[in-house]
Parts: sequence; structure tokens; C-alpha cells
Amino acid sequence: MDKLNIMIVGVGGQGTLLASRILGNVAMKLSFDVKVSEVHGMAQRGGSVVTYVKFAKKVYSPIIEKGEADIILAFEKLEALRYVEYLKNGGSYIVNTQRIDPIPVILGKEKYPDSIVEKINGVVNKTIAVDALPMARECGNIKAVNVVLLGLLAKATGIDKEIWLESIRETVPPKLQEINFKAFEAGYALAV
Amino acid sequence: MKKLMLGNEAVARGAYEAGVTVAAAYPGTPSTEITENIAKYDEIYAEWSPNEKVSLEVAIGASVAGARAICSMKHVGLNVAADPLFTASYTGVNGGLVIMVADDPGMHSSQNEQDSRFYARSSKVPMLEPSDSQECKDFVKEAFQISEKYDCPVIVRLSTRIAHSQSIVELSEKVDYKLKDYVKNPAKYVMMPAMARKRHVEVEKRMKLLREDSNTSFLNKIEWGSKDVGIITSGVAYQYAREAFGNVSYLKLGMVYPLPEKLISEFAKEVKTLYVIEELEPFIEDHILKMGIKVIGKERLPVIGELSAQIIKEKILDIKNDQGAKIEENVPVRPPVMCPGCPHRGMYYILKKQKLTVSGDIGCYTLGALPPTETMDMCVCMGSSVSGAHGFEKARGKEFGKKTVAVIGDSTFMHSGITGLIDIVYNKGNSTVIILDNSITGMTGHQHNPTTGFTIKNEPTRQVDLVKLANAVGIDRVRVVDPFNIKEVDKVVKEETSADEPSVIIAQRPCALLKGVKYDGPKKINMEKCKKCKLCFTIGCPALVNVGDHIEINDALCIGCELCTKLCNFGAIEKAGENNG
Repeated sequence: MDKLNIMIVGVGGQGTLLASRILGNVAMKLSFDVKVSEVHGMAQRGGSVVTYVKFAKKVYSPIIEKGEADIILAFEKLEALRYVEYLKNGGSYIVNTQRIDPIPVILGKEKYPDSIVEKINGVVNKTIAVDALPMARECGNIKAVNVVLLGLLAKATGIDKEIWLESIRETVPPKLQEINFKAFEAGYALAV
Repeated sequence: MKKLMLGNEAVARGAYEAGVTVAAAYPGTPSTEITENIAKYDEIYAEWSPNEKVSLEVAIGASVAGARAICSMKHVGLNVAADPLFTASYTGVNGGLVIMVADDPGMHSSQNEQDSRFYARSSKVPMLEPSDSQECKDFVKEAFQISEKYDCPVIVRLSTRIAHSQSIVELSEKVDYKLKDYVKNPAKYVMMPAMARKRHVEVEKRMKLLREDSNTSFLNKIEWGSKDVGIITSGVAYQYAREAFGNVSYLKLGMVYPLPEKLISEFAKEVKTLYVIEELEPFIEDHILKMGIKVIGKERLPVIGELSAQIIKEKILDIKNDQGAKIEENVPVRPPVMCPGCPHRGMYYILKKQKLTVSGDIGCYTLGALPPTETMDMCVCMGSSVSGAHGFEKARGKEFGKKTVAVIGDSTFMHSGITGLIDIVYNKGNSTVIILDNSITGMTGHQHNPTTGFTIKNEPTRQVDLVKLANAVGIDRVRVVDPFNIKEVDKVVKEETSADEPSVIIAQRPCALLKGVKYDGPKKINMEKCKKCKLCFTIGCPALVNVGDHIEINDALCIGCELCTKLCNFGAIEKAGENNG
């Protein structure tokens, strides 16, 4: 592996920023140059959020363009559908099947699309879909969905598990580490 | 030691390493984390000021007193701080003075796309522009050197993609900076006409010197590659250009004002085709054109929004990007929304119900302009809600004024709402001003302000009493309500808008995301009682979900604020059992 572009997409409040921070630290531990770019602001919850994590010998632009992502990790399935063009040919899609309705859908002005995973499957060769919310709940906190998904991502990248655990230890506050380790292991244990 | 750092965090580190001892700011995305991170250093006094003008004045005072001082803001904050900026350019500094400004091309969280480089030019202050986190740290340190060497404030400009992206930073030791002596010098620091005229001469001398020295500064560097193409660029645009063009020649400008004319001419002579790649305005391009050098820039590149490597490839290299899988499907947009449990929702519900004209302001509650509440008629800048409502009344008369309210947050009211309120009282207005007091600066991510009772370092402090403050400026009618008590809010808003004098309503309930705020946990809908009237949808809570034939509550989002419970006429919304919080 000489470079890796990973996108994390989801809904504000789902913990995408923390996940990208853990991932960025993993890249640094592997001695890559790394850039992590995030867009937030405009209220804290509910909007579409996207972060880019790029590893390479030298990284210039902090942004991943259409067709450039090796892996996309989607925390919500509608967001997975929104960013499908960013995945490169042969890339992997990891989709959390959790559904969060955007306001236009709640108001009945737009329709939440059906069979999202099937549609993505139709154009992407490697799609992994999981329902991470109940798994996080089982680990003790629904907010740990992000780290369950990181566990899955860890498996998909083939990067040594210990490096991930070390990065989580350095990024997550001590009192939440136990739950996050459990959540990571739960995601990692899933066969992909 | 190497560390992955946000651009803003690296700026804070640079300030620390440069021996800064005073830092002041008002929070503003994407600049907020600079001062948040500075506040973590025990050696540095840090504060949230009421607004950017105050924060810059604090920093100027600290600089004149002999300290290295830093002040940070977003681009629109620089408008607020422009008054002291232009004169600080004349007084110059004692200890180094650095002004951080973070522009927001693409308007991820801003009301305009202004290009702060013009402020450097018009206030005659040098401006540096880093292009990654390492440079954020290094350039801030260099900015202090320049500030002291040339006796001027220095602006360091970031953009969202620099401020909010993380890259690797090599940490260094803190320099041993000692407070400089303070010597009274009114000719330098008291800017009345006779003295200011002399100082303007000094400003021009210094800028001439800086224009010369910028040609040899390490901040401006040439990276030679193929000489068929030469690129002049700066900031994040440099990164996009590198990615789009690869191995060509670059003149990377770290100092964007004043520009190194000799270096630019030399570079231009060596390359066949010359481009300027810059985000937003043709600031560098216009200067180069004026020098009589042919350059290609905005004739190909947009002046609107962010650049990217792809835009450069398409517009200059004619390479289309048709990569990536496509799915023909209408993907609903997901606009930002007030959080589940947001206290503003109750107030907006009533403002909509009463069909009032709403003069709005900057904060999370600006989202009240979007469906389903759609209760905001105007929103211009920090504080403008209050003065704007006064303008509505003066234009259309008292009766129209009675159907108009201003809404403003607690932090924004401190920032620049209070002066508008004074104006209403002084000039015999009749407006109703609603302060949405959620006990924090919400939109930028929970910063304290003078109404919260805590400093940036979480030390307890005196709290501004909004009721007494309103009374003190001459408002006799001040009401405090809980925005979730919608019946009461309905009544109070009616009473205050129909009164024949100005009034203030303080809608008090803390932001749902604050640590101490706990509700009862998720609700659920009792299907037997639910009549599917969908009245609960009118509050626009993202936890209420329409599943076609029935309504559900998303228990991963619902916190149990019970605002929907109060709307339901059939008692169909009940506690869901265990709390998953």
C-alpha cells in the first residue's frame, strides 16, 4: 500500500469527526504523510457531513475528488447513496444501514429512496452493509456506532489491529475507552 | 515530536512557541479552535471577548504594553474589527501583534465569501498565508518576527480547508520571549490628527521596505519543475495546483501582501505560460497584470466558491472527471437542522403561528428560516436583527412594527445586539426583541460568553444579568419565558408585540447538547391513540419520522424534550422505556 484515500460520510452528530481523527492517527503511526479534512459548522446536528482522510508519501490537496476514494465509510445509508460517485472503480463501500430522515423527507416533500444497499451493490463490487446501531447499543452506548464501523474499516484495510487500538487509546477520553474498545472489537469481528 | 494537528491547533501551537502571553477572540467558524487551543496553555492569558473589535483592542493594548499578543476571527469578524485595525497599522506595535483571520470560500458556515486579502492592502498591513498545518505554526512565529522588525501588526490568513484540515506538525520549544519595556510615547500611540499624519509617513516607509524584503523572504519560494508552465499561487490553492499540474514550476507565495514584485518578474521570465491559481478574487492576478506581465487566472477560474484540483484540471487543462459510479436516483438534500431538543424550536413554532415578520440574526437559530418553521425574513450580520427590526418599524409605521419581532441569541446580543437595543430606546422605537438565551454560544460549538458565568478557561466569573441590562438601557417591559412552555410563549409574545412601548422577551432554556442538560430519554408513539393528524411534524424535529402509513420516533435521535408531547392533542406520545442516551 503506497497510498489510501478514505472518505467518511454521515449525519452531523454521528461521530464522524472522532472517527476521522482516529484514522488520521493510524496513518501517522504508519509513517505516511496524512491530511484529514472536515467540514462542519452551521449548527451541530443533522446536516450532511463529510471528512476526507488521505495517506501517501506526500499529500497535497486535502480533498478527495470524484472517483478517487479507495474506501467510503458511510454512517447512514442515504448519505452512502449521495457520495457513490466518489468511490473509485474497484473501491470498497462500507455502509451502516441506519436510517436518519432528512427534514424534506419528514415534511413529505421528498421521498427516502428504497433499496439503497441493493442500488449501491449494483454499481459497486465490494459493498459491506451492516446495522451497527444495535451492535453499539449492545456495547453499552449507541454513540459508539462510529467505532464499530471503524472496526469494520480496520479489517477492510488490513492494517494491523494493534495500531488502531493504540490510536483509539490516544484519541478517546479514558472513561470512554472501555466501551470504544468493545465497539471496535465488535466491528472487527464481523466477517467481511 | 510530530503530531497530527488541525490548522487552527497549529496556529495556537505557533503562538505558544512564539512566547505569546495574551490572546483574545470572539468565536467564529472556521477560526474558533485557534483560541480554544490557546486557552489550554497555562502560560497564556486567553479570553472570549464580546466581539472582534474588543478582542483586537485588547490585543493592541497588550502589544503596546510589551507582550506578544494574538487575536483571531473569521472573515466577517474582521469587518467588526476593521476600525482598530486601520489605526493599529499607524501606531505599530511594541510586543509583536498578530491578527488571525479565517476566510470561508464556499460559505460552509458564513453569510458571504469576502476575501480578506483586500483588508491587508487597504489597512497597509502585511499578510501571510500558510498552506498546511506545519506552515500555520511556522508562519505565525514568523509573523511575530515581522511584526516586531517592521513595527506593524501582521495578519495571517487561513481558509476553511487550512483551518479545518489536519496535517503533520513538528513541535519545537517555546522561545524565551520577555515582556518588552513599556515607555510612554503619545506621538506613536495616541492617534490624533497631528500625530497620525506623521505616523502615516512611517507606514509608507515600512511598506516600501517590506515590498523590497518580500523578494528575499523564505516565505516566498520557487519550486522549479518543467518551465513550460509556471504557477503563482498561495494557501490551499497551492495544494490544489500541485495536485492538478504535477511537475511544473511554482512560485508559492507565503506573503500575499505586499507581493514580491522582483521575484514575480524573475519567475515570469523563466516560464512559457504563466498562471495565477487563487481562490475567490483576482487579488494576486490584478497586481501582476498591473506590473505589465501577461498571466492567465480568472478568465478560466471561478471567483465563486472553493477551488479544487478537479476544477483546475477542468478549467485549465480541459480534463473532465467522469470517474466514479453513478446511480440515477433523486437523493434528498439534507440541510442542517435544529437539534432534537433544541430550545429555539418552541419559540419558532409560536412566531410562525402568529405570522410575525422576523428580523433574524446569526446563530443556530438562523435555521428557523428553513422549513418547516420558515420564520425569518432577514438576516444580515451579527446584531443586525435588533436594529433591523427598528428599521422595519420606522419604514412602515407602528402597526407594522407590532407584527415584527427581532430574534437574537444571548452571545450575539452581547456581541452587537445591545447597541441596537439602545438605539430603539433612544430613538423612540416600539420593537419587541426576543433574546433566545440558550446559555452558551451554540453554533460555533459551545463557547462561554458574558451571559454564561464562566470564562474560556472555565473559571467562574460574574454573569451579565440580561433583565437588569435591558432595564438599564431603558426597557421597562422585560419578560422571561421558557420556550418549551408554548402556551405561555404564545401569550407573552402576543402581549409584548401589542404593547405601545419597546419590550424584551428572554426565552431561557439551555442548549440540548450541553453536558448538564438531561431529559427523560426517548419517547414513542402510542399507535392506538395516534390520529395521524401530523400536528407534531410542524415543529420540524428530526426524530419524528413519517413511515408512510404511520409516524414513528427515531429513538437514536430523540432525547425526550417533550415539546411534541405538548403539541399532541390525543396524548399519543409516551415514554419509550429504557434510556439509551
